[in-house]
Amino acid sequence: MARTNAIRESFGDKLFLTLIYAFLSIILLAVLYPLIYILSSSFSSPQAVISGRVWLLPVDFSLAGYKAIFSNPQIMTGYGNSLFYTVFGVLINVCLTIMLAYPISKSTFYGRHIIMVLLVITMMFSGGLIPYYLTVKNVGILDTRWAMLLPGAMAVWQVIIARTFFQSSIPKELGEAAELDGCTDIGFLWRVVIPLSKPILAVLVLMYAVGHWNAYFEALIFLKSQGLFPLQIVLRNILILNSIDSSMMVDANKMAAMQGLRDLLKFSLIVVATVPILAIYPFVQKYFVQGILIGSLKG
Amino acid sequence: MSSSTGVIEREKTEARTSGSLLLLRDRGKRIKRHWQLYLLVLLPLAYLVIFKYIPMYGAQIAFREFSPVRGILGSEWVGLANFNTFFKSPNFWMLIKNTLIISTYSLIVGFPAPIILALALNEVRSMRFKRFVQMVTFAPYFISTIVMVSMIILFLSPRLGFIDHILSAFGQEAVNFMGVPSYFSSIFVWSNVWQGIGYGAVIYLAALAGINTDLYEAARVDGASRIQKVWHIDIPGIMPAATILLILNVGQIMNVGFEKIYLMQNPLNTSTSEVISTYVYKIGLLGANFSFSAAVDLFNSVINLILLLSVNYFARRVSESSLW
Repeated sequence: MARTNAIRESFGDKLFLTLIYAFLSIILLAVLYPLIYILSSSFSSPQAVISGRVWLLPVDFSLAGYKAIFSNPQIMTGYGNSLFYTVFGVLINVCLTIMLAYPISKSTFYGRHIIMVLLVITMMFSGGLIPYYLTVKNVGILDTRWAMLLPGAMAVWQVIIARTFFQSSIPKELGEAAELDGCTDIGFLWRVVIPLSKPILAVLVLMYAVGHWNAYFEALIFLKSQGLFPLQIVLRNILILNSIDSSMMVDANKMAAMQGLRDLLKFSLIVVATVPILAIYPFVQKYFVQGILIGSLKG
Repeated sequence: MSSSTGVIEREKTEARTSGSLLLLRDRGKRIKRHWQLYLLVLLPLAYLVIFKYIPMYGAQIAFREFSPVRGILGSEWVGLANFNTFFKSPNFWMLIKNTLIISTYSLIVGFPAPIILALALNEVRSMRFKRFVQMVTFAPYFISTIVMVSMIILFLSPRLGFIDHILSAFGQEAVNFMGVPSYFSSIFVWSNVWQGIGYGAVIYLAALAGINTDLYEAARVDGASRIQKVWHIDIPGIMPAATILLILNVGQIMNVGFEKIYLMQNPLNTSTSEVISTYVYKIGLLGANFSFSAAVDLFNSVINLILLLSVNYFARRVSESSLW
């Protein structure tokens, strides 16, 4: 009896497991295929792309799309601006986040409950788009680089993640010992806490960097000057609004060739815009997952 | 479970009362000793006040007739006039309907998707395969909204997209997917699943990893099958995490992603793609109708808050997990 039972069950289990592998393979394929398709198309010739001959691997290998991108001043300016906003934005973000998260992680800090309440309220309620816009306007940073850095200078969720990290991984005794030795709070934060907090710093840097690199909403509502546009706005103009000015195209005199190159350019642009942020992911993946976990714990 | 939370709760209150006595005695002394910490929080707090709380205070322009010359506080009070205009406007029901359809659809499809992926991944014994699937499904998270939308447009374009190449391989005619209003919500929701499923699964995988292994052993001794194990151990094990995330999701139900929808809109699909947030942007910032648009926005936020509070209340009544 027990034996037949075991066999029947193991058959059911095998079937179940096979179904799961099949299901995961379908998901894997569904996520991977579009990515490969984009990558392969970007390395194909314009003719192969418009005639739909690219299925899996590049057809008539060519770098025409990439050449067009790197000789386009608008795209390069956008790239430079995005780099600027990402580097300085992350710097500001991480500083402010730690400056708030560290003090409220200490149980001896008077007023930390009030600050937590203030933080959580902003997660649930906001003034809305128009008052937000008017505030930024009144601060006087409309259409300046500051508009890309200051309004999003700190994210509440990240503060909570960092606070939870400090609470759970910096031993209280360490702070007490330092205090007895006459170390100031800022000295302790700088010399002891920050060197011990590399995992959370990696998480913060990556989360904020993704945000800045992909940001377009702030640019859309706060910026008017073309010279300040980040890459995402340039991408939107080319990829979605389809407004590419013909003088931007190099080596494209004929309309047909231009149209082909324009289509190809879209695939190459997608690759060029995504690779920088994707490239840092394997290095910090370990920390990133940790960060999401810390964040998901109720603090 | 409930008795242990009771103990923790009691300990907390005890700690708080003894703490407050202590605080009363030497609060000033301690603030003085740790003045540097208070210095540190000044800048972040200033940020919160300027960019979060001043806009909240400014939300009152929804009850005023905004005049650029006189500013928010100098403009005339008009009571609920802006709200009345919105309720009576011919767009009102279309906006509510589109917003609700897209967000409910997102919730029904998007919420369980990462749970299913996590449960399936949890069954996989080959660590390499598991890690590979996780890595690949996580990657789309890094794609920006602009790039995501352009990928959608490229793939669905009747001329370039591989979807239409597949259709034509089966002898079907090319379809302009982005121009068909009834397809809009599906395209939006399923592309979101494509982009977010791997990221969303991480939390559930962690919850699954945290389940006591004794339970699995006991189940094996009792002769439970894999399906029974998933149903009776795994799913109850991730319920607390799922409840919290569900509450947060419901609290955002009226805020369907402005960025993505705005980019996906075209003149052909606005009848199903215009939602409250895109309308607020168009009327308010593009049309410079500040007060009216702020009223629409405020109405939206209030509905969200009510939803959040009621779902949280409900969750607290029926289960042990809630936001507070």
